[in-house]
Amino acid sequence: MIRVAVPSHLRTLARTGDGEVELDAGAQPTVRSALDALEARYPMLCGTVRDQVTGQRRPFIRFFACGEDLSHDSVDDPLPEPVVSGAEPLLIVGAIAGG
Amino acid sequence: MANDKSGVRVLVGTRKGAFILTADGKREKWDVSGPHFPGWEIYHLKGSPADPNRLYASQSTGWHGQVMQRSNDGGKTWEPVGNKFTYDGVPGTHQWYDGTPHPWEFKRVWHLEPSLTDPDTVYAGIEDAALFRSTDAGQTWHELSGLRKHGSGPHWQPGAGGMCLHTIVLDPGDPNRMFIAISAAGAFRTDDGGTTWRAINQGLRSPHIPDPTAEVGHCVHRIALHPAKPQVLYMQKHWDVMRSENSGESWHEVSGNLPTDFGFVIDVHAHEPETIYVVPIKSDAEHFPPEGKLRVYRSRTGGNDWEPLTKGLPQRDCYVNVLREAMAVDSLDSCGVYFGTTGGQVYASNDAGDSWAPIVHDLPAVLSVEVQTLP
Repeated sequence: MIRVAVPSHLRTLARTGDGEVELDAGAQPTVRSALDALEARYPMLCGTVRDQVTGQRRPFIRFFACGEDLSHDSVDDPLPEPVVSGAEPLLIVGAIAGG
Repeated sequence: MANDKSGVRVLVGTRKGAFILTADGKREKWDVSGPHFPGWEIYHLKGSPADPNRLYASQSTGWHGQVMQRSNDGGKTWEPVGNKFTYDGVPGTHQWYDGTPHPWEFKRVWHLEPSLTDPDTVYAGIEDAALFRSTDAGQTWHELSGLRKHGSGPHWQPGAGGMCLHTIVLDPGDPNRMFIAISAAGAFRTDDGGTTWRAINQGLRSPHIPDPTAEVGHCVHRIALHPAKPQVLYMQKHWDVMRSENSGESWHEVSGNLPTDFGFVIDVHAHEPETIYVVPIKSDAEHFPPEGKLRVYRSRTGGNDWEPLTKGLPQRDCYVNVLREAMAVDSLDSCGVYFGTTGGQVYASNDAGDSWAPIVHDLPAVLSVEVQTLP
Protein backbone atom coordinates (compact mmCIF):
# COMPACT_ATOMS: atom_id res chain seq x y z
CA MET A 1 0.00 0.00 0.00
CA ILE A 2 1.22 3.48 -0.76
CA ARG A 3 0.25 6.70 1.01
CA VAL A 4 -1.09 9.62 -1.00
CA ALA A 5 -1.61 13.13 0.34
CA VAL A 6 -4.61 14.70 -1.42
CA PRO A 7 -5.32 18.48 -1.50
CA SER A 8 -7.94 19.71 0.95
CA HIS A 9 -10.58 20.57 -1.69
CA LEU A 10 -10.40 17.02 -2.97
CA ARG A 11 -10.48 15.48 0.49
CA THR A 12 -13.72 17.37 1.05
CA LEU A 13 -15.13 16.38 -2.33
CA ALA A 14 -14.29 12.69 -1.84
CA ARG A 15 -15.03 12.72 1.91
CA THR A 16 -11.74 11.02 2.66
CA GLY A 17 -11.30 12.61 6.07
CA ASP A 18 -8.31 14.70 7.09
CA GLY A 19 -5.45 12.28 6.66
CA GLU A 20 -3.67 10.68 3.75
CA VAL A 21 -5.31 7.91 1.76
CA GLU A 22 -3.76 4.47 1.42
CA LEU A 23 -3.99 2.83 -1.96
CA ASP A 24 -2.98 -0.39 -3.65
CA ALA A 25 -1.13 0.96 -6.67
CA GLY A 26 0.11 -2.40 -7.92
CA ALA A 27 3.39 -4.26 -7.66
CA GLN A 28 5.41 -1.47 -9.28
CA PRO A 29 3.68 1.74 -8.29
CA THR A 30 3.93 4.77 -10.57
CA VAL A 31 2.20 8.15 -10.62
CA ARG A 32 -0.17 6.74 -13.22
CA SER A 33 -1.06 3.64 -11.23
CA ALA A 34 -1.44 5.73 -8.07
CA LEU A 35 -3.88 8.05 -9.83
CA ASP A 36 -5.68 5.08 -11.38
CA ALA A 37 -6.14 3.61 -7.90
CA LEU A 38 -7.19 6.97 -6.45
CA GLU A 39 -9.84 7.51 -9.12
CA ALA A 40 -11.05 3.92 -8.88
CA ARG A 41 -11.75 4.33 -5.18
CA TYR A 42 -13.02 7.90 -5.48
CA PRO A 43 -14.63 8.31 -8.92
CA MET A 44 -15.67 11.87 -8.10
CA LEU A 45 -11.99 12.81 -8.34
CA CYS A 46 -11.85 11.93 -12.03
CA GLY A 47 -10.78 15.03 -13.90
CA THR A 48 -9.72 16.97 -10.82
CA VAL A 49 -6.02 16.00 -10.88
CA ARG A 50 -5.55 15.04 -14.54
CA ASP A 51 -7.60 15.48 -17.68
CA GLN A 52 -10.08 12.66 -18.19
CA VAL A 53 -9.38 12.35 -21.89
CA THR A 54 -5.69 13.16 -22.31
CA GLY A 55 -4.47 12.11 -18.88
CA GLN A 56 -2.48 15.35 -18.69
CA ARG A 57 -1.73 16.73 -15.22
CA ARG A 58 -3.87 19.80 -14.56
CA PRO A 59 -1.83 23.02 -14.81
CA PHE A 60 -2.11 24.01 -11.13
CA ILE A 61 -1.23 20.54 -9.83
CA ARG A 62 2.21 19.08 -9.11
CA PHE A 63 3.47 15.76 -7.76
CA PHE A 64 6.20 15.53 -5.12
CA ALA A 65 7.80 12.70 -3.14
CA CYS A 66 10.87 12.44 -0.93
CA GLY A 67 11.71 16.08 -1.57
CA GLU A 68 11.72 15.59 -5.34
CA ASP A 69 9.45 17.16 -7.92
CA LEU A 70 8.01 14.36 -10.02
CA SER A 71 5.69 16.62 -12.01
CA HIS A 72 7.71 16.56 -15.19
CA ASP A 73 8.84 12.96 -15.02
CA SER A 74 7.06 10.26 -16.95
CA VAL A 75 3.94 9.12 -15.09
CA ASP A 76 5.15 5.59 -15.80
CA ASP A 77 8.44 5.98 -13.92
CA PRO A 78 8.65 3.86 -10.76
CA LEU A 79 7.90 5.82 -7.61
CA PRO A 80 10.81 6.17 -5.12
CA GLU A 81 11.37 3.20 -2.84
CA PRO A 82 10.29 5.08 0.34
CA VAL A 83 6.92 5.75 -1.32
CA VAL A 84 6.60 2.13 -2.42
CA SER A 85 7.39 0.92 1.11
CA GLY A 86 4.93 3.35 2.65
CA ALA A 87 7.60 5.26 4.54
CA GLU A 88 6.92 8.45 2.57
CA PRO A 89 3.73 9.75 0.91
CA LEU A 90 3.19 10.76 -2.69
CA LEU A 91 2.12 14.39 -2.46
CA ILE A 92 -0.49 15.83 -4.83
CA VAL A 93 -0.05 19.56 -4.41
CA GLY A 94 -2.12 22.49 -5.63
CA ALA A 95 -0.43 25.75 -6.56
CA ILE A 96 -0.38 28.44 -3.92
CA ALA A 97 -2.97 30.98 -5.00
CA GLY A 98 -4.71 34.00 -3.59
CA GLY A 99 -8.18 35.35 -4.20
CA MET B 1 -54.02 33.69 1.24
CA ALA B 2 -51.83 31.69 -1.13
CA ASN B 3 -48.65 33.42 -0.12
CA ASP B 4 -49.02 32.20 3.46
CA LYS B 5 -48.95 28.60 2.32
CA SER B 6 -46.12 28.71 -0.12
CA GLY B 7 -42.54 29.78 -0.05
CA VAL B 8 -39.43 30.44 -2.02
CA ARG B 9 -35.97 28.98 -2.21
CA VAL B 10 -33.29 31.29 -3.59
CA LEU B 11 -30.21 29.52 -4.97
CA VAL B 12 -27.11 31.68 -4.90
CA GLY B 13 -23.82 30.82 -6.58
CA THR B 14 -20.76 32.76 -5.46
CA ARG B 15 -17.01 32.89 -5.94
CA LYS B 16 -16.53 30.77 -2.82
CA GLY B 17 -19.51 28.47 -2.52
CA ALA B 18 -23.27 28.18 -2.80
CA PHE B 19 -25.91 29.50 -0.45
CA ILE B 20 -29.59 28.63 -0.19
CA LEU B 21 -31.96 31.27 1.15
CA THR B 22 -35.48 30.22 2.09
CA ALA B 23 -38.57 32.09 3.24
CA ASP B 24 -42.30 31.65 3.43
CA GLY B 25 -44.59 33.44 1.02
CA LYS B 26 -44.30 36.74 2.83
CA ARG B 27 -40.58 36.79 2.03
CA GLU B 28 -39.68 38.83 5.06
CA LYS B 29 -37.76 36.39 7.27
CA TRP B 30 -35.04 34.33 5.69
CA ASP B 31 -33.07 31.25 6.61
CA VAL B 32 -29.58 31.03 5.14
CA SER B 33 -27.84 27.73 4.57
CA GLY B 34 -24.27 27.43 3.34
CA PRO B 35 -21.67 27.73 2.25
CA HIS B 36 -22.16 24.57 0.26
CA PHE B 37 -18.95 23.55 -1.54
CA PRO B 38 -16.92 26.15 0.41
CA GLY B 39 -14.01 27.63 -1.47
CA TRP B 40 -15.25 26.52 -4.90
CA GLU B 41 -16.63 28.81 -7.58
CA ILE B 42 -20.29 28.06 -8.14
CA TYR B 43 -21.12 29.56 -11.49
CA HIS B 44 -24.72 28.39 -11.42
CA LEU B 45 -27.20 26.20 -9.65
CA LYS B 46 -30.78 25.63 -10.66
CA GLY B 47 -33.77 23.50 -9.72
CA SER B 48 -35.92 21.31 -11.92
CA PRO B 49 -39.34 22.79 -12.73
CA ALA B 50 -40.64 19.21 -12.79
CA ASP B 51 -39.30 18.29 -9.34
CA PRO B 52 -38.30 21.18 -7.09
CA ASN B 53 -36.20 18.90 -4.89
CA ARG B 54 -33.92 18.08 -7.82
CA LEU B 55 -31.14 20.66 -8.06
CA TYR B 56 -28.04 20.79 -10.23
CA ALA B 57 -24.91 22.80 -9.48
CA SER B 58 -21.77 23.69 -11.41
CA GLN B 59 -18.71 23.70 -9.16
CA SER B 60 -15.18 24.55 -10.29
CA THR B 61 -11.78 25.82 -9.28
CA GLY B 62 -8.65 26.67 -11.20
CA TRP B 63 -6.86 23.83 -9.40
CA HIS B 64 -9.28 21.02 -9.99
CA GLY B 65 -11.46 22.02 -12.91
CA GLN B 66 -15.11 21.16 -13.24
CA VAL B 67 -17.24 19.14 -10.84
CA MET B 68 -20.98 18.68 -11.19
CA GLN B 69 -23.29 18.23 -8.23
CA ARG B 70 -26.85 17.01 -7.88
CA SER B 71 -29.27 17.19 -4.99
CA ASN B 72 -32.45 15.17 -4.59
CA ASP B 73 -33.65 16.91 -1.44
CA GLY B 74 -33.73 20.58 -2.27
CA GLY B 75 -30.10 21.23 -1.47
CA LYS B 76 -29.84 19.62 1.95
CA THR B 77 -27.42 17.00 0.62
CA TRP B 78 -25.46 16.76 -2.61
CA GLU B 79 -23.67 14.09 -4.59
CA PRO B 80 -21.07 14.53 -7.32
CA VAL B 81 -22.20 13.34 -10.74
CA GLY B 82 -20.53 13.15 -14.13
CA ASN B 83 -18.04 15.85 -15.09
CA LYS B 84 -16.77 14.55 -18.40
CA PHE B 85 -17.53 17.00 -21.18
CA THR B 86 -16.04 15.79 -24.46
CA TYR B 87 -16.68 17.66 -27.66
CA ASP B 88 -18.24 15.63 -30.42
CA GLY B 89 -15.65 14.77 -33.07
CA VAL B 90 -12.60 16.92 -33.74
CA PRO B 91 -13.57 20.31 -32.34
CA GLY B 92 -11.36 22.44 -34.59
CA THR B 93 -10.76 26.09 -33.87
CA HIS B 94 -12.57 29.32 -33.07
CA GLN B 95 -11.03 32.78 -33.11
CA TRP B 96 -8.84 34.01 -30.29
CA TYR B 97 -8.96 37.61 -29.06
CA ASP B 98 -6.42 38.63 -31.69
CA GLY B 99 -8.29 36.93 -34.51
CA THR B 100 -5.96 33.94 -34.76
CA PRO B 101 -7.35 30.39 -34.73
CA HIS B 102 -7.54 28.83 -31.26
CA PRO B 103 -8.47 25.24 -30.46
CA TRP B 104 -11.77 24.56 -28.76
CA GLU B 105 -11.01 23.60 -25.13
CA PHE B 106 -13.41 22.74 -22.34
CA LYS B 107 -12.99 25.10 -19.38
CA ARG B 108 -16.14 25.16 -17.25
CA VAL B 109 -19.92 24.98 -17.10
CA TRP B 110 -21.52 28.41 -16.98
CA HIS B 111 -25.19 27.57 -17.03
CA LEU B 112 -27.48 24.67 -16.18
CA GLU B 113 -31.01 24.51 -17.54
CA PRO B 114 -33.15 21.63 -16.30
CA SER B 115 -35.88 20.36 -18.60
CA LEU B 116 -39.34 21.80 -18.04
CA THR B 117 -40.83 18.30 -17.83
CA ASP B 118 -38.18 15.70 -16.94
CA PRO B 119 -36.08 16.04 -13.77
CA ASP B 120 -33.39 13.77 -15.21
CA THR B 121 -32.83 15.89 -18.32
CA VAL B 122 -30.66 18.96 -17.99
CA TYR B 123 -28.75 21.15 -20.43
CA ALA B 124 -25.33 22.63 -19.76
CA GLY B 125 -23.84 25.68 -21.44
CA ILE B 126 -20.07 25.53 -21.37
CA GLU B 127 -16.90 27.45 -22.13
CA ASP B 128 -15.51 27.13 -24.83
CA ALA B 129 -18.99 27.60 -26.16
CA ALA B 130 -21.01 24.45 -26.68
CA LEU B 131 -24.27 22.95 -25.51
CA PHE B 132 -24.41 19.61 -23.69
CA ARG B 133 -27.34 17.55 -22.47
CA SER B 134 -27.70 14.84 -19.86
CA THR B 135 -30.73 12.55 -19.79
CA ASP B 136 -29.57 10.52 -16.79
CA ALA B 137 -29.64 13.18 -14.10
CA GLY B 138 -26.15 14.43 -14.76
CA GLN B 139 -24.24 11.15 -14.85
CA THR B 140 -23.24 11.47 -18.51
CA TRP B 141 -23.15 14.44 -20.86
CA HIS B 142 -23.39 14.54 -24.64
CA GLU B 143 -22.83 17.49 -26.91
CA LEU B 144 -25.58 18.84 -29.14
CA SER B 145 -22.90 19.54 -31.68
CA GLY B 146 -25.13 20.98 -34.37
CA LEU B 147 -24.73 24.31 -32.59
CA ARG B 148 -20.95 24.37 -32.58
CA LYS B 149 -20.93 23.01 -36.13
CA HIS B 150 -23.13 25.88 -37.26
CA GLY B 151 -21.12 27.24 -40.16
CA SER B 152 -20.12 30.32 -38.21
CA GLY B 153 -18.34 28.41 -35.43
CA PRO B 154 -14.77 29.08 -36.62
CA HIS B 155 -15.56 32.82 -36.47
CA TRP B 156 -16.81 32.89 -32.88
CA GLN B 157 -14.63 34.93 -30.57
CA PRO B 158 -14.45 35.15 -26.77
CA GLY B 159 -15.64 38.07 -24.71
CA ALA B 160 -13.50 39.24 -21.80
CA GLY B 161 -15.02 36.55 -19.58
CA GLY B 162 -14.20 33.78 -22.02
CA MET B 163 -16.11 32.24 -24.90
CA CYS B 164 -19.03 31.04 -22.89
CA LEU B 165 -22.46 29.69 -23.65
CA HIS B 166 -24.18 31.40 -20.75
CA THR B 167 -27.88 31.50 -21.57
CA ILE B 168 -30.27 28.65 -22.33
CA VAL B 169 -33.97 29.44 -22.65
CA LEU B 170 -36.45 26.62 -23.24
CA ASP B 171 -39.63 27.57 -25.07
CA PRO B 172 -42.53 26.49 -22.84
CA GLY B 173 -44.86 26.35 -25.85
CA ASP B 174 -42.69 24.21 -28.09
CA PRO B 175 -40.51 21.42 -26.67
CA ASN B 176 -38.36 21.44 -29.82
CA ARG B 177 -37.50 25.12 -29.62
CA MET B 178 -34.79 26.65 -27.49
CA PHE B 179 -32.67 29.75 -27.51
CA ILE B 180 -29.07 30.09 -26.45
CA ALA B 181 -26.61 32.96 -26.28
CA ILE B 182 -22.83 33.06 -26.51
CA SER B 183 -20.38 35.82 -25.68
CA ALA B 184 -19.31 37.02 -28.13
CA ALA B 185 -21.05 35.17 -30.94
CA GLY B 186 -24.68 36.11 -30.37
CA ALA B 187 -28.03 34.36 -30.08
CA PHE B 188 -29.03 31.11 -31.76
CA ARG B 189 -32.27 29.13 -32.02
CA THR B 190 -33.15 25.53 -32.69
CA ASP B 191 -36.59 24.37 -33.79
CA ASP B 192 -35.78 20.66 -33.86
CA GLY B 193 -34.71 19.89 -30.32
CA GLY B 194 -31.10 20.92 -30.76
CA THR B 195 -30.09 19.11 -33.94
CA THR B 196 -29.78 22.19 -36.15
CA TRP B 197 -29.36 25.84 -35.25
CA ARG B 198 -29.37 29.23 -36.83
CA ALA B 199 -28.13 32.60 -35.74
CA ILE B 200 -30.90 35.02 -34.73
CA ASN B 201 -29.08 38.32 -34.57
CA GLN B 202 -30.81 40.40 -37.22
CA GLY B 203 -31.30 43.92 -35.91
CA LEU B 204 -28.43 43.80 -33.45
CA ARG B 205 -25.86 46.51 -33.96
CA SER B 206 -22.45 46.31 -32.29
CA PRO B 207 -20.23 49.25 -33.31
CA HIS B 208 -17.16 47.73 -31.67
CA ILE B 209 -16.91 44.85 -34.19
CA PRO B 210 -15.68 45.21 -37.78
CA ASP B 211 -19.13 44.67 -39.29
CA PRO B 212 -21.61 46.13 -36.77
CA THR B 213 -24.52 44.15 -38.24
CA ALA B 214 -22.72 40.85 -38.83
CA GLU B 215 -24.61 37.57 -38.54
CA VAL B 216 -22.39 36.57 -35.59
CA GLY B 217 -19.96 38.38 -33.31
CA HIS B 218 -22.39 40.16 -30.99
CA CYS B 219 -21.85 40.07 -27.26
CA VAL B 220 -25.28 39.06 -26.02
CA HIS B 221 -25.38 39.11 -22.22
CA ARG B 222 -28.81 37.65 -21.44
CA ILE B 223 -32.13 36.65 -23.01
CA ALA B 224 -35.46 36.29 -21.22
CA LEU B 225 -39.04 35.49 -22.15
CA HIS B 226 -42.44 35.19 -20.48
CA PRO B 227 -44.15 31.79 -20.73
CA ALA B 228 -47.45 33.36 -21.80
CA LYS B 229 -45.82 35.14 -24.77
CA PRO B 230 -42.84 32.97 -25.66
CA GLN B 231 -42.47 34.54 -29.10
CA VAL B 232 -41.48 37.83 -27.43
CA LEU B 233 -37.83 37.82 -26.40
CA TYR B 234 -35.96 40.41 -24.39
CA MET B 235 -32.20 40.83 -24.57
CA GLN B 236 -29.59 42.71 -22.62
CA LYS B 237 -26.75 43.04 -25.07
CA HIS B 238 -23.28 44.32 -24.16
CA TRP B 239 -24.72 47.68 -25.05
CA ASP B 240 -28.45 48.02 -25.90
CA VAL B 241 -31.60 46.48 -24.51
CA MET B 242 -33.40 44.70 -27.35
CA ARG B 243 -36.78 43.13 -28.05
CA SER B 244 -37.99 40.63 -30.59
CA GLU B 245 -41.65 40.03 -31.45
CA ASN B 246 -40.96 36.93 -33.52
CA SER B 247 -38.79 34.46 -31.61
CA GLY B 248 -35.62 36.23 -32.56
CA GLU B 249 -36.21 36.56 -36.31
CA SER B 250 -35.51 40.27 -35.86
CA TRP B 251 -34.74 42.61 -32.99
CA HIS B 252 -35.32 46.27 -32.23
CA GLU B 253 -33.86 48.44 -29.53
CA VAL B 254 -35.96 49.35 -26.49
CA SER B 255 -33.32 51.07 -24.36
CA GLY B 256 -35.46 54.22 -24.31
CA ASN B 257 -34.75 56.49 -21.36
CA LEU B 258 -32.31 54.22 -19.49
CA PRO B 259 -29.37 56.17 -18.05
CA THR B 260 -27.06 53.69 -19.80
CA ASP B 261 -27.99 50.67 -21.85
CA PHE B 262 -24.96 48.63 -20.82
CA GLY B 263 -25.73 45.87 -18.35
CA PHE B 264 -25.86 42.15 -17.83
CA VAL B 265 -29.21 41.00 -16.42
CA ILE B 266 -32.71 41.14 -17.82
CA ASP B 267 -35.82 39.39 -16.55
CA VAL B 268 -39.59 39.40 -16.93
CA HIS B 269 -42.31 39.78 -14.27
CA ALA B 270 -43.94 36.43 -13.53
CA HIS B 271 -47.48 37.60 -14.29
CA GLU B 272 -47.04 40.59 -16.60
CA PRO B 273 -45.37 39.69 -19.91
CA GLU B 274 -44.66 43.33 -20.72
CA THR B 275 -43.03 44.18 -17.38
CA ILE B 276 -39.28 43.77 -17.53
CA TYR B 277 -36.29 44.56 -15.32
CA VAL B 278 -32.69 45.54 -15.99
CA VAL B 279 -29.84 46.90 -13.89
CA PRO B 280 -27.98 49.58 -15.87
CA ILE B 281 -24.22 49.53 -15.49
CA LYS B 282 -22.18 52.59 -16.40
CA SER B 283 -20.04 51.10 -19.14
CA ASP B 284 -18.00 48.14 -20.27
CA ALA B 285 -14.91 49.84 -18.91
CA GLU B 286 -16.46 50.74 -15.56
CA HIS B 287 -18.49 47.83 -14.36
CA PHE B 288 -20.47 49.64 -11.68
CA PRO B 289 -23.75 51.55 -11.45
CA PRO B 290 -23.91 55.12 -12.78
CA GLU B 291 -23.32 57.81 -10.11
CA GLY B 292 -22.73 55.16 -7.46
CA LYS B 293 -26.52 54.58 -7.27
CA LEU B 294 -27.75 51.00 -7.45
CA ARG B 295 -30.99 51.19 -9.42
CA VAL B 296 -33.15 48.52 -10.96
CA TYR B 297 -35.09 49.88 -13.92
CA ARG B 298 -38.55 48.56 -14.69
CA SER B 299 -40.54 48.96 -17.86
CA ARG B 300 -44.24 48.12 -17.82
CA THR B 301 -44.46 48.61 -21.56
CA GLY B 302 -42.05 45.95 -22.74
CA GLY B 303 -39.25 48.48 -23.02
CA ASN B 304 -38.60 52.09 -24.05
CA ASP B 305 -40.30 53.67 -21.02
CA TRP B 306 -38.32 52.87 -17.89
CA GLU B 307 -38.69 53.88 -14.24
CA PRO B 308 -35.92 53.69 -11.65
CA LEU B 309 -36.60 51.51 -8.60
CA THR B 310 -34.52 52.74 -5.70
CA LYS B 311 -36.40 52.19 -2.45
CA GLY B 312 -34.16 50.15 -0.17
CA LEU B 313 -31.21 50.14 -2.56
CA PRO B 314 -27.99 52.11 -1.86
CA GLN B 315 -28.12 55.50 -3.55
CA ARG B 316 -24.60 56.64 -2.86
CA ASP B 317 -21.09 55.20 -2.97
CA CYS B 318 -22.22 51.90 -4.49
CA TYR B 319 -19.78 50.38 -6.97
CA VAL B 320 -20.82 46.77 -7.30
CA ASN B 321 -21.71 44.88 -10.46
CA VAL B 322 -24.67 42.61 -11.15
CA LEU B 323 -23.56 39.72 -13.35
CA ARG B 324 -25.61 38.11 -16.09
CA GLU B 325 -26.91 35.12 -14.11
CA ALA B 326 -27.67 37.14 -11.01
CA MET B 327 -31.36 38.09 -11.36
CA ALA B 328 -34.48 35.97 -10.99
CA VAL B 329 -38.21 36.28 -10.29
CA ASP B 330 -40.57 34.11 -8.28
CA SER B 331 -44.16 33.39 -9.26
CA LEU B 332 -46.02 34.15 -6.06
CA ASP B 333 -49.11 36.34 -6.35
CA SER B 334 -47.07 39.44 -5.69
CA CYS B 335 -44.09 38.79 -7.93
CA GLY B 336 -40.78 38.63 -6.12
CA VAL B 337 -37.64 39.94 -7.81
CA TYR B 338 -34.12 39.04 -6.68
CA PHE B 339 -30.63 40.02 -7.67
CA GLY B 340 -27.12 39.51 -6.36
CA THR B 341 -24.05 41.72 -6.54
CA THR B 342 -20.31 41.32 -6.75
CA GLY B 343 -20.26 42.96 -3.32
CA GLY B 344 -21.98 39.92 -1.83
CA GLN B 345 -25.47 41.34 -1.37
CA VAL B 346 -28.62 39.55 -2.43
CA TYR B 347 -31.54 41.97 -2.63
CA ALA B 348 -35.16 40.89 -2.69
CA SER B 349 -38.36 42.69 -3.52
CA ASN B 350 -41.67 41.10 -2.57
CA ASP B 351 -43.67 43.77 -4.38
CA ALA B 352 -42.49 43.50 -7.98
CA GLY B 353 -39.63 45.92 -7.45
CA ASP B 354 -41.35 48.78 -5.65
CA SER B 355 -39.18 48.24 -2.57
CA TRP B 356 -36.09 46.21 -1.80
CA ALA B 357 -34.28 44.78 1.19
CA PRO B 358 -31.08 42.76 1.42
CA ILE B 359 -31.54 39.12 2.39
CA VAL B 360 -27.79 38.87 2.98
CA HIS B 361 -25.11 41.48 2.48
CA ASP B 362 -21.73 39.88 3.14
CA LEU B 363 -21.49 36.84 0.89
CA PRO B 364 -18.60 36.29 -1.51
CA ALA B 365 -19.13 37.91 -4.92
CA VAL B 366 -22.41 36.65 -6.31
CA LEU B 367 -22.24 34.91 -9.68
CA SER B 368 -25.79 33.63 -10.03
CA VAL B 369 -29.24 33.87 -8.48
CA GLU B 370 -32.14 31.54 -9.19
CA VAL B 371 -35.39 31.21 -7.33
CA GLN B 372 -37.82 28.34 -6.89
CA THR B 373 -41.42 29.00 -5.95
CA LEU B 374 -42.42 26.16 -3.66
CA PRO B 375 -45.92 24.75 -3.22
